[in-house]
Order: sequence, then structure tokens, then C-alpha cells
Amino acid sequence: MNHNPYPLKKPFFTPGVYVMLVFMITGGVTVLARFIGGIGYVSNLTHLYPWGLWIGIDVASGVALAAGGFTTAALAHILGRHHYEPVVRPALLTAALGYTFVVLGLLVDIGRSWAIWKPMLYWNPNSVLFEVAMCVMVYLNVLYIEFIPIVTEQFKSKFSILAVLEDHLGKIMWIFVIAGVVLSCMHQSSLGSLMLIAPTKVHPLWYTPILPLLFLLSAISVGYPMVIFETTLITTSMKLDSEMDCLSPLSKITIYLLGVYMILKLGDMLVRGTYVYLLDFSAQSNSFLCEMLIGVITPWIMLCFENVRKSRKTLFFVSCLIIFGVLINRINVFIVGFKPHYSTTPYFPSIGEMLVTCGLIATLMFIYRLAVTWLPVLRAKAKKGGSS
Amino acid sequence: MDLSRRNFFGVMAGTGTLLAGRTQNAHAWKSKAPENPFGCLVDLTRCVGCRKCEEACNQANHLPPPDKSFENKSVFEFKRRPDESKYTVVNRYYSGTKNDQDALLPTFVKIQCMHCQDPSCVSACVVGALTKKENGAVHYDVSKCIGCRYCMVACPFEIPAYEYHNPITPHVRKCNFCFEKISQSGGVPACASICPMEAITFGHRKQLIDIARNRMKKDPGKYVHDIYGEKEVGGTSWMYISGEPFEKVGFQKLPLTPPPKLTETIQHSLFSYLWSPILLYSLLGGIMWFKNKNDRGGTHES
Repeated sequence: MNHNPYPLKKPFFTPGVYVMLVFMITGGVTVLARFIGGIGYVSNLTHLYPWGLWIGIDVASGVALAAGGFTTAALAHILGRHHYEPVVRPALLTAALGYTFVVLGLLVDIGRSWAIWKPMLYWNPNSVLFEVAMCVMVYLNVLYIEFIPIVTEQFKSKFSILAVLEDHLGKIMWIFVIAGVVLSCMHQSSLGSLMLIAPTKVHPLWYTPILPLLFLLSAISVGYPMVIFETTLITTSMKLDSEMDCLSPLSKITIYLLGVYMILKLGDMLVRGTYVYLLDFSAQSNSFLCEMLIGVITPWIMLCFENVRKSRKTLFFVSCLIIFGVLINRINVFIVGFKPHYSTTPYFPSIGEMLVTCGLIATLMFIYRLAVTWLPVLRAKAKKGGSS
Repeated sequence: MDLSRRNFFGVMAGTGTLLAGRTQNAHAWKSKAPENPFGCLVDLTRCVGCRKCEEACNQANHLPPPDKSFENKSVFEFKRRPDESKYTVVNRYYSGTKNDQDALLPTFVKIQCMHCQDPSCVSACVVGALTKKENGAVHYDVSKCIGCRYCMVACPFEIPAYEYHNPITPHVRKCNFCFEKISQSGGVPACASICPMEAITFGHRKQLIDIARNRMKKDPGKYVHDIYGEKEVGGTSWMYISGEPFEKVGFQKLPLTPPPKLTETIQHSLFSYLWSPILLYSLLGGIMWFKNKNDRGGTHES
């Protein structure tokens, strides 16, 4: 397992890839429609529900689920656990792609896409969104810089200048690695502060002054499950070794991270007395129960068992639950729990919004596959025939 | 991944200077509300639902002609909200009060941007396109706007509307308090100047509160003893007095603290002078340097 990352160079076009292409094309057509007819033409967004699926999933969930990038970098490079090196590159690739798609999603969602650079010129330090925007922008560049060695490594034998670049960049890379972690902590938490400006609209089950802390902790605790999820997916899809010797220990760390999040989340509910809403049988209370029971408590209990962490299948299942928990949490805070006083009909995303989101996710997966095929990202060996 | 001793101490020294330069007090949140801005007092007991204010607003802001004429009273059958083509609307409520002939009495309520004293939208706006002016208006500058719609998320009165069908250059639309008019001496907002019932009184906020109190004192049976907007979300430039309880005529109960207080306190106590990111950066740098130093004892690492 200790050899270096290498491009897989496997056949690219598989049935799965064609499915992705279909989603990419329909998504692309919808984006075109949005830029011809306007946001209102393809979405169900209204004056009362200005943020919907695109902000809830493409942006908020996208940022949270890209947390694997900074959590693995912190573990392997800052805390010096070099044992985890094999997962750093795939996690970095996911983060770089994830944030790229956050920005692409934003370009579709904001009304004046061509003005997206304006926060650099016009500052409002009082605005939570301003801080998020600046952090995401800088962090995206940091991610690209961190990604450069993967590209230079592949092509330096052809272009000697790349070897020089790689050498110089390697010396100052620590600046970017630490910056990546700091920037992530800043905007992951600030994403939680976003909704605190609307105390009358966000359901009390989620509206808490510690929302930024909860967002940060949930992002940190979903980082490793996300790595487990995607590594298992790609090693299965590409028929590679499973890297379980790296993934199992990651899941053990997750027990502590997810545990702290769970305690704070439950403690917050007890302190603010919001458990009175639990049995409302409203969309909000059901969604909250779903989030906590399926997405936090069940996977945490399961993770505590060693044979769950040792088995590839159950570990994948638990990771899916944790990812679901964070995903539904972001959806709850931004969509389900958002109830304007004067709304008569609740918001539900339109087909157009879903097509754009699916298209973006498919494109992301497509490029991920492209990257691992042609760039040295993964280091798992091809599986020897038959063994699983 | 080479963090040398010299690099590390350089970072630490820089951090030290920055942290030392930071003043110790994390400033307590202060309201940025103008001292005595213009405002409007709406007396719901006087409004007869003639919709002249809607018409005047439409003309003053060059808005598209309405689907139903401004004389048409059938619009009252449904509760309307202001949108991109109408910055103010009048709604009719029956709160249950009856006259001598046992017929329900209507209450007409004009709604528009409240021009908060500490507006959530202004605090939220990512580029500062929305500003609270000294004269009270919450002003929108489209040249800065990126269309993120966070102002609409933030607004406790759910007022700003968006041009969802403009694909490239949509605006956020809301009442602008006839900013140009009231910036000139003697200028009065279109709706306030047209009102035949003098239901809308334009003036300075403090004087308006006095006027409201006087009307209540003179005729205590006529009004509920509350000025909506005097204290709600930290106070608003537009205020209402009513003969019916406010909850019964479409007003929501709002917190008295301005919503930006919480978010701005969190933001500034965490990020003023970027002290926490710098501290975290140095801390992680220290750990990284320490770990790398230990590792360098012979093992070959990537």
C-alpha cells in the first residue's frame, strides 16, 4: 500500500458515465433557460422564499461535504499522522471540485452573476455573508494551489519548468495548508451564523445562538465519513483495493468528533427547551427527528462497535448515515426550518431547480473520475482478481 | 511540506505584533440608528381604503400599470403583499368589531418597507448596497447589488421583492421612502402627501411618537395603547396606531432587539482585527513545526 499515487488510466466510458452525461446535459439546458427567462422561469423561488434548493444544497451542503479536504490535511500534514497520506489527495480533489461547484451554483443562483466579483470592491464587514464570500473565494484559490503538485507531478517529466515550480511551491506549501484549515473553520462556522439574522423565520428547533459552532462541528465530523464514502465508491467503481487500513482508524476519530456534536446538539435542545416541539408531527419536527435519529444518534452508536468499523460494508453504511445527517441538517436550516410569517404555501423546489442541482453534481462526479483517471490522485492498487 | 524554524518564528513574531496591536475590548454592539430621522405615522382608524396612496406610489416610482385599476375594491378580497410592481399595498381586515347595525367594521392597513432604525437588510447586504440614510430612508444602490437576496432572507417584515423574471439585471424592489423627495426641504413621500384622510403623517420620528401619544390621550377609547414600530426590532421609521389589536390586523409580534445585534456581535467578537484566525494560524503553525521537527529524526517522509 505504500507506493505513490498514480493515474489509473482505466477505460473512461462506462454506463455510469453515460448516466452522468445525461444529467449534465439536462442541467445545462436548464441553466441556459435560467439565463434566458430569469430565475423565476426555472425555479419556485418567491419574495418570501428567496433561498431554496440551490443555496440549501449546492452551496450550504456543498461546503459542508467538502470538509474532508481540510480535516484530512490537518490530520496528515499538521498533526503529522502520515499514515493517512493516501486519503489526502482524493479528499483534496473532492474539496477543490466541491468549492468550484459551490461557486458555479452561486453563479446560477445570484441574480447578477456577472457582478459576483463586487464583494471584493464593496465591503460590508457587518455582513456574515460578506465574510463567507471572502473566505470561500480565498479558500478556493488555496485549494487550487494545494492541487498544483498533483498536476506538476504528472507532467514534470515533459516540461522541466514544472519540476522547478513544484520544488519552490513545496517549500512554502505549509503556508497554504494551514491557511486552508483556518479559512475553513471561519466560513464553515459563519455559514451557521447566516440564518441568525432571521430570528422570526427560522424554526426554534434550529434557531440557536450556537448555530455557528454546530455548523463547524458538524462539518468537521462529516469530513472523515465523506472520505470513507468517496474512497469506498471510487475503489469499488474502479475495482481497486479498499484502503480499509486507512479508513477504519478515520472512523474511530469520528466517534469523538460526532460525539461532541451530538452532545452539543442535544444539550442545546435541553437548555432552550425546544424538545416541546419534537412531537408536533409538523414537517419541521419530523425533519428534525429524522436528522437526529437517523443522521446523528444511530451512526454514532453503530460506530462505537469495532466490527462495524472493521467491515467495509457497514462502515460505508454508517458514513452514508452521517453524510445524510449533515445534508438534512443544512436543508433543515435553510429550507425546511425557514418559515416566513406571511407565507401561505410552503416552498418546494421546482423540477428546474432539481435538474440544475443534479447536473452540477453529475458534472462534479464526471470531473472527479476524469481526474483520478489521468492524474496521480489515488494510490490504492488494482485489486487482484477475485478477492474482495 | 517544509516548515523551517525561521519561517515559523517569523509567523509568530508577526502574530505577536498584530495581537498586541489589537485593543482589548471586544466592542459591545452599538445601535447605528440615526438620532431623529424622518418617519411616517399611519393612523389605521382614519384609513378608508381608497388606495390613493397605492396610485401615488405607482406614479412617483414609474411602476408598471396595475392589473386592476386603483378604484377597484375587489382587490381587498385577498391579502396582498408588496412586490416588484407595487411598493405599497392596502389590505382589509375584519377584526370582529361591529357597528350599531351589527355589520362587521373593516380596518384598512397600508404596508410598505418600515425603514427600520437598525435594518437587518442593511446589516446583511454582502456589498453594502443597502444603507440607512440620516434622513431615515433605507436606500438601495443597484450598482453594488449582486442579487444574492440575503436582504430578503433577513427582512423581519418580509418586504423586499425581486425581479425574478429579469435574467441578467434584476433589481431588489421595495419602498424607498421617496428618498429624492424627502432629501429636499419640504419634501413629503408621495403616499403621505396624497392621503385624503390624513391617515399618514410625515415628520420627525420623535415628534411622531408625541403626536401618537397625544391622540391616544385625547381619545383613549379609540386606540389600543401601543405604537407599532416604536420599539419593534429596535424601532422603525414607519409607525402605526390602531383601534384594533395589531395581531388581528396582520401585524406579527416581533422581538424588540434589532436582529443585527446578535450576528454583528458574533462577527465582531470573533473576527475584529482577524484575531481568532491569526491565533489559530499560529497555533496550527506551532503544532506543525513541532511535529515536523520530531519527524525529521531520520524517517523519510513525503
